[in-house]
Amino acid sequence: LVVIHINIVRPFAGLSDVSISEDVPVEGDISVPVAASVTEDGFSTLDEPVKETVLRDLRAVGSKFVHVLYPRRSSALLRDWDLWGPLLLCVTLALLLQGGEADSEDRGGPQFAEVFVIIWFGSIIITLNSKLLGGTISFFQSLCVLGYCILPLTVAMAVCRLVLLGGSSTVSFAVRLVVVSASFGWSTFASTAFLADSQPPNRKALVVYPVFLFYFVIGWMILTFAPSQ
Amino acid sequence: MSSPNDLTFHEFEEAAELLSADPQASTLSISASNTAAEDVTVDLSDGDEEQENSELLGGQKSSKSFWTFEYYQSFFDVDTMQVLDRVKGSVMPLPGRNFIKHHLKSNPDLYGPFWICVTLVFSVAVSGNLSTFLSQKGDPAYHYRPQFHRVTVAALVIFLYAWLMPVGLWAFLTWRKGAERIVGSYSFLETVCVYGYSLFIYIPTSVLWIIPFEWLRWMLIVVAMVISGSVLVLTFWPVVQDDTKLMAVATVVTIVLLHTLLAVGCKLYFFQTAVSVPAAGPTTPAPHLTSTTPALFLSVSTG
Repeated sequence: LVVIHINIVRPFAGLSDVSISEDVPVEGDISVPVAASVTEDGFSTLDEPVKETVLRDLRAVGSKFVHVLYPRRSSALLRDWDLWGPLLLCVTLALLLQGGEADSEDRGGPQFAEVFVIIWFGSIIITLNSKLLGGTISFFQSLCVLGYCILPLTVAMAVCRLVLLGGSSTVSFAVRLVVVSASFGWSTFASTAFLADSQPPNRKALVVYPVFLFYFVIGWMILTFAPSQ
Repeated sequence: MSSPNDLTFHEFEEAAELLSADPQASTLSISASNTAAEDVTVDLSDGDEEQENSELLGGQKSSKSFWTFEYYQSFFDVDTMQVLDRVKGSVMPLPGRNFIKHHLKSNPDLYGPFWICVTLVFSVAVSGNLSTFLSQKGDPAYHYRPQFHRVTVAALVIFLYAWLMPVGLWAFLTWRKGAERIVGSYSFLETVCVYGYSLFIYIPTSVLWIIPFEWLRWMLIVVAMVISGSVLVLTFWPVVQDDTKLMAVATVVTIVLLHTLLAVGCKLYFFQTAVSVPAAGPTTPAPHLTSTTPALFLSVSTG
């Protein structure tokens, strides 16, 4: 119930023959559609069981994984962005890259922190680059897309470790090369499918190239993983 | 509307039309730092004066504050074709073609220098790792290592070079200009831009360095340095030639020398073929030690 008071100081010019009394209260009803923060059942999400909360977020993350695995030009990843998926993938990838050849401090593969830094700072720099070139995507949406598209490379890393369990020979290297190259292409293709629409048309290549470089470096880290013996 | 109003209205329109017809009109002043006005749209509707004025002003490249995002966006105002054209210009330096005047055209960007440096860092680290692996494949005691720390070293060296050298050179040229020794000078951004783009030739060179022939590697270094150095020399010689002969030659020689140092240093550190793996036991083959010749003979002045 909204009450609007109109205080007319003087009558409009040209309507001198009409006199409107001052202080006319106008009453009416304005119904505002309430946002979907209240579920259809009527109670707020504060009272729901914890399992529901966790499962809802997991389902959101899972649906985005599916979107990455079958990339179509859709806005699902952009609309409801979240950073849980990228964090999960980053931690998994960094953990899988551990346990490598590290008999001396500085001759081995990337440390856990180095993987983290490369992924997160790389994503931030690419996002800044895209925005500086005039992209219309928001900062966190871009981080979300770049992080989720690491999924094929994480899967490739898991496959590589399995292959390496059978010993590191030329055959295993060839298999790993094929797997990593395929997943690198998949990641780049998926992220450009999501990011393409938000770039100015004559600068697309300028925005795509850093993404290509980013996934290439991650692919390189995966391919050169040498297990300790 | 009355006639005086008509006259003033037409004035605005004419100027706007002239500007929109030729937005790329180059300004021939030495201290040119703003580009010409971009397309100006004049609101012909019956809006107020204020609206028209603000739209006219909005079309020009106003100097934004250092703390706004738009200030930095002005450094990335390039299209794909422009970047490719600049890269091409850095790879094929023609005498008489000043890189800054011919390719930058008072629109220096930071996209090229930054991403060329990043690419160079990774290409040098990855190629170095590959070449070390290939040169020691036959050694049974050798165990492959990713040598990831090299990325950090490469990043430090290359970024320091690409940013400190322009600072030093720009400061030096500005000082000489202030001391009335030279007439023209380049802005800081243009210097950074030229240095960044001149490093591009090292990217394919570093990839070709994987091929394990020493003579080929040295030949590639010489070729790359000639190309890259001539880009720099062709750019800076017209500016320093007004100075005394000694200073001019000394400046150019220093530029080339430091560029040489970077190339040779990268080659020596990342592409070592001398890694002896001492193995116990009397029957192991003698570790092969290829000595990499020092860089002294290459510091012959090319200026």
